[in-house]
Amino acid sequence: MNFLRKQLDSVKPHFEKGGKYHKFYYIFEAIDTFLFAPNTVAPTKGAQVRDAIDMKRLMITVVIAMLPCLFFGIYNVGYQHFLAQGVEASAGEMILIGLKQVLPIIIVSYVVGLGIEFAFTVWRKHPVNEGFLVTGLLIPLIMPPDIPLWQVALGTAFAVIIGKEAFGGTGMNILNVALTARAFLYFAYPADISGNVWTYLPEGTEVVSGYSGATPLAVSYEAAVSAKQAVIAYEEAALLAAEDPTPLNQAAAEHARHVADSLNTGHLVSDALANTWHEGLYDFSNMFFGLIPGSIGETSTLMCLIGALILIITGVGSWKIMVSVMAGAYLTALGLNQVAGSNEYLLMPAHYHLVIGGLAFGAVYMATDPVTAAQTERGKWIYGFLIGFLSILIRAFNPAYPEGVMLAILLMNVFAPLIDYYVVQANKKRRLRRATAV
Amino acid sequence: MELINIGIKSIFIENMIFAYFLGMCSFLAVSKKVSTAIGLGSAVVFVNGITVPVNWLIQEKLLTTGALAKLGLGSAFENVNLEFLQFIMFICTIAAIVQLVEMVIEKVSPALYSNLGIFLPLIAVNCAILGSSLFMVQRTYTLAEATVFGVGSGVGWLLAITALAAIREKLKYSNVPAPLKGLGITMFITGLMAFAFKSFIGIAL
Repeated sequence: MNFLRKQLDSVKPHFEKGGKYHKFYYIFEAIDTFLFAPNTVAPTKGAQVRDAIDMKRLMITVVIAMLPCLFFGIYNVGYQHFLAQGVEASAGEMILIGLKQVLPIIIVSYVVGLGIEFAFTVWRKHPVNEGFLVTGLLIPLIMPPDIPLWQVALGTAFAVIIGKEAFGGTGMNILNVALTARAFLYFAYPADISGNVWTYLPEGTEVVSGYSGATPLAVSYEAAVSAKQAVIAYEEAALLAAEDPTPLNQAAAEHARHVADSLNTGHLVSDALANTWHEGLYDFSNMFFGLIPGSIGETSTLMCLIGALILIITGVGSWKIMVSVMAGAYLTALGLNQVAGSNEYLLMPAHYHLVIGGLAFGAVYMATDPVTAAQTERGKWIYGFLIGFLSILIRAFNPAYPEGVMLAILLMNVFAPLIDYYVVQANKKRRLRRATAV
Repeated sequence: MELINIGIKSIFIENMIFAYFLGMCSFLAVSKKVSTAIGLGSAVVFVNGITVPVNWLIQEKLLTTGALAKLGLGSAFENVNLEFLQFIMFICTIAAIVQLVEMVIEKVSPALYSNLGIFLPLIAVNCAILGSSLFMVQRTYTLAEATVFGVGSGVGWLLAITALAAIREKLKYSNVPAPLKGLGITMFITGLMAFAFKSFIGIAL
């Protein structure tokens, strides 16, 4: 370490005012403060607060909170890869496949994003924004494992330039940068990023018989449709038996009644989810632990909870937003179950909604982004609740969009300033009334 | 139910700004402050809510083939189709109603009146409003549907402009590159907002 410090100190004069590389001062400063705690102190006058926390430490905390998701994601990419082929493999092999697939995406995202950041640093003469340490890891985690690398690069570049640097860099963007990248790719190249869930399968791989990339939502939809058909079949058989009560017809009606009974819709959907092409793949517990196909880092609700714990204990993420997103999603799904009626997509049990797709990941890492979320305390509740509400709404009414969560968060990013505005206005009004009442 | 569908559709899914990019000029120009944006937005809701049903009446009772005959002008008018007058008639109605709104606002809230300035009369040529009337004809709505649609697309416009205004108020603390300041970055924001609003497109009700 001492050697590094000496090296840095020896080149420092070149970057300071008057040095020949002064243009690149902020790049030097970024590397310097990344490696060592800065030794500058605030002016000696006035109140002083000693605190180790600065933007870099804050961002690194988020990165640490994301690591469980990342490690699990790497393992899961390999796990799904072998599962779809029906091949037995050791954990080591799975991790190896996962690394081979995930590392390039991470490297591309960091190289492209940081490259643009450094270029803007020199051009706009502002310090390097560490925000990208988080964004650069978030982007791979919300990508399908089989995404082409050039798309990762393009999405990252778009998000960093249009979504962030145009607004002045970290802390000034209006939409979550990682989600901007994802949404851009989604709308620009829908063929690669929509439809069925993603498993990394190189071309020409043999898959296990019955394999399908159907999402849990699609499976639950199919089950609900077949339940409805069974009920109709029962009604027809009963009618026939009543009109023409031969033993044969009565037996048929009896059988149809059994089928219809066993298809009590709530159980039926969870049964169907447990019995897809791989036994127990879409079990509740399996989806909670995250051994399901999906984007790299978002499948495991458990890992997201660990991340959430880290964020909440360190005070980096807002627990209010996480709780309200989950509550909003759960209550909305519960309400939709009650009014299901003619739409089979509404029948999925409410607690399943919490573990499928990117809801947990979005609630923990995306919705809590301190820059784009609502800033006021009451606003956070409203903001989170609406995200949960909209996510379920998009899932139920627009099943063609996988990852409705992503769009729900983007939409609420747009409305967060408005929510804040009204919370502040209401506060002003209340205090004014209190002041004038006396 | 059909009415609720049309209402929700016109506010969110087929938002005038983000799905059709209509009414952009005042959307971009009068979105610097939330309070002004709400004023203009409400005026648009009001004007739209009145003009669309009024234009519906004009279209059905005066312009379509045979409408004049039904008014009692005799069978000589049975085949007369005045739809070539549609644009002029619609614009006239809109202009008259905008005039009305202008007088009301000047009387009720002089502060808002001076804030809105030139943009209030400009509602008369706000394409979102003429657009709503034309969509109404194209989609063959009934009178009730046309009213809901008119109010709905106005509310959608109001929602869009207040959200943009809140973002722009927050943007004061940003460090936007000088060439992009003002209108440039607003265009960026509009594009990104349309991104987010795409979450509604494709929702089948």
